Amino acid sequence: MLSILTNNYGTLMSGLGYTLLSSLIALVFSLIIGTVFALMEISPHKWLRVIGKLYVEVIRNIPLLIITMGFYVIVPKYLLPVDGFTAGTIGLTIYTSAFIAETVRAGIQSVAVGQMEGARSVGLTYTQAMSQIVFPQAIKIVIPPLGNQFINLVKNSSILAFVAGFDLMYQGKIIANATFNTFDTYLVVGLLYLILTMPLSYLMRHLEKKWVTA
Amino acid sequence: MHKLKLWLTVAVLCVVAGVAAGCGRSVADQDALAHAKKTNTIVWGVKADTRLFGLMNTKTGKIQGFEVDMANALTKQVLGKSAKATLVQVTSDTRVPMLKGGNLDAVIATMTITPERQKVLDFTDSYFKAGQSLLVKKGSKIKSIKDLTAGTKVIGVQGSNSVDNVKKAAPATTVLQLADYAQAFTALKSGQGDALSTDNGILYGMSQQDPDYVVVGGTFTKEPYGIALNKGQTNLRKALNKALQELRADGTYEKLINKWFSDIPGFDIKEVA
Amino acid sequence: MQSFIDAYSQVNLHYLLEGLWVTVEVSVTSILFSFLIGTLLGIARYINVRIFSAAVGFVIDLIRNLPLLLILFFTYFALPNIGIRLGVIPASIVAMTIFESAMLAEIVRSGINAVPVGQMEAARSNGLSYVQAMVHIILPQAFKAMIPPIVSQFISLVKDTSLATIILLPELTYHAQIIYGQDVNYTIPMFVALAVLYFVVNYALSLGARLINRRLNHA
Repeated sequence: MLSILTNNYGTLMSGLGYTLLSSLIALVFSLIIGTVFALMEISPHKWLRVIGKLYVEVIRNIPLLIITMGFYVIVPKYLLPVDGFTAGTIGLTIYTSAFIAETVRAGIQSVAVGQMEGARSVGLTYTQAMSQIVFPQAIKIVIPPLGNQFINLVKNSSILAFVAGFDLMYQGKIIANATFNTFDTYLVVGLLYLILTMPLSYLMRHLEKKWVTA
Repeated sequence: MHKLKLWLTVAVLCVVAGVAAGCGRSVADQDALAHAKKTNTIVWGVKADTRLFGLMNTKTGKIQGFEVDMANALTKQVLGKSAKATLVQVTSDTRVPMLKGGNLDAVIATMTITPERQKVLDFTDSYFKAGQSLLVKKGSKIKSIKDLTAGTKVIGVQGSNSVDNVKKAAPATTVLQLADYAQAFTALKSGQGDALSTDNGILYGMSQQDPDYVVVGGTFTKEPYGIALNKGQTNLRKALNKALQELRADGTYEKLINKWFSDIPGFDIKEVA
Repeated sequence: MQSFIDAYSQVNLHYLLEGLWVTVEVSVTSILFSFLIGTLLGIARYINVRIFSAAVGFVIDLIRNLPLLLILFFTYFALPNIGIRLGVIPASIVAMTIFESAMLAEIVRSGINAVPVGQMEAARSNGLSYVQAMVHIILPQAFKAMIPPIVSQFISLVKDTSLATIILLPELTYHAQIIYGQDVNYTIPMFVALAVLYFVVNYALSLGARLINRRLNHA
């Protein structure tokens, strides 16, 4: 098992790098997109609500693999060239954004309605009340579930293996094929994923406990 | 509380015992020929995504191709007329782990005999002499392996030695490895790469399906396909080699080659048999 | 447009539905097993028997933090190395069950946690044993709260079966790949069909869950 790690150290580390890079990019963009759609879902405008709801429901109910393959195969054919890494990261971003939208929406809605009404009655606009009163409270509520989404995101980034995205899983498959040592290779790859996700997972549990008691 | 604890302990022990019971001697080490005779079948790993060699027909749910016909003929030749071949779908990615795991007796799936593979697997004599080539869009500036310079991208399939061959013959190019041939060809058509490289027989199958894509530059490697077996399966290997010779002698082999490859433009039957 | 008409031939649609059936079969079997195992694990973690619960908790965390794709590889390709050999469908079910049990265990644990402690105390003081109190009083209340997260887990499961194409499980996505393997022009129609079919199944599931939830909250 050790020989798999030492002989392929460079390959595995580059895979780990791509996995991390893809996860970070997808995290940032899915947070932005997810928040935008969450705000649309609770917007006072009916058609914005419809678009927001539609986006979330459609994306949430389609497998990540289908979304990613769509970007890998269809987009370059008709629109612009995207490589496997980009297609995988875009797929990951869009998929995750739907879950983040749901989390953020639930967070905002759990802030008491009275807060918004109170803020409006003292003369704040909807945007001001949302950004200064409701949103800061909601963030505290949504941080733990968002952390879980990030862990999911790191794990889901293994989808890049399907589209030659050079991530950890892709390199793992190649090493398994080259060495014929499937068992040890996937053991090593599994450990590397755990190194990424376990600390996150415990950090989240810690934060959750701290905030629940606070 | 105590009852529950006891009950849970029993449950956990059951699971552990169940797993441990499964850990016997690997089937891969047992004599595959003796087992095949007992069950009157040989379990073959075949391709289901490769035109001409092994392709799933969605209408009938059956896999068709040269290798499928060979698997059927060889099974009957080894075990007798009443025997049937059991076909299990594999890809380049899954065939070795499945064979080593004992899910299969033999693999007849466009698999080149290479020294690296011979370290972990046994092979029969070659039944098809392929060579690696390139598939490109008609009118592409890539005419041969020499045109694969820096900045070009070549698509290959995971687990196939064709990827290593490209890296050796054209070190400057970027190789993208996809899971199977259908996805690889789809990726080529989507412009994810400039060429698709694998064995010529497979490429001609793709070109037959979409004439907008052509095989160029001739072959740059020799790829003798063999039937892969687990290490130490000498009895089965000898039986299959004997059956191969018999099929060549009685004309069955030639008939099958002609059935699948005689209509393919640009393909030389004499070269492969 | 022609490629869409050709791609959705009766034969191909039938083949897709065959794949959908395998998807449903594997999903339903896995969720049933996961529900049983997940409940046991969740309780094991909840009751807090010193080393045992901590060990269960650690294993659950390990599994929850690994990609499902890796667990699939492992059950199908790596386990045979130590003598455990499974066909594609059992291997997929085992992998899904391992993964989903860990997910459900967490849902069950937090579900039980949400039932007020007083309920257990009251049941015990009325003469019920711990097991009786758990089975008759605590779990029914906990399950009611767990329905929405369990359904969303089930939806993930249905979607995640598509990952098993990598070990050639003959489910919906794999069948679509076989179809566009025959004619590459069918690629895009097949992706559209996949998106629609998964959406229909999963959306129906979430609508059903909403209905059950409403009923339970009224009762």
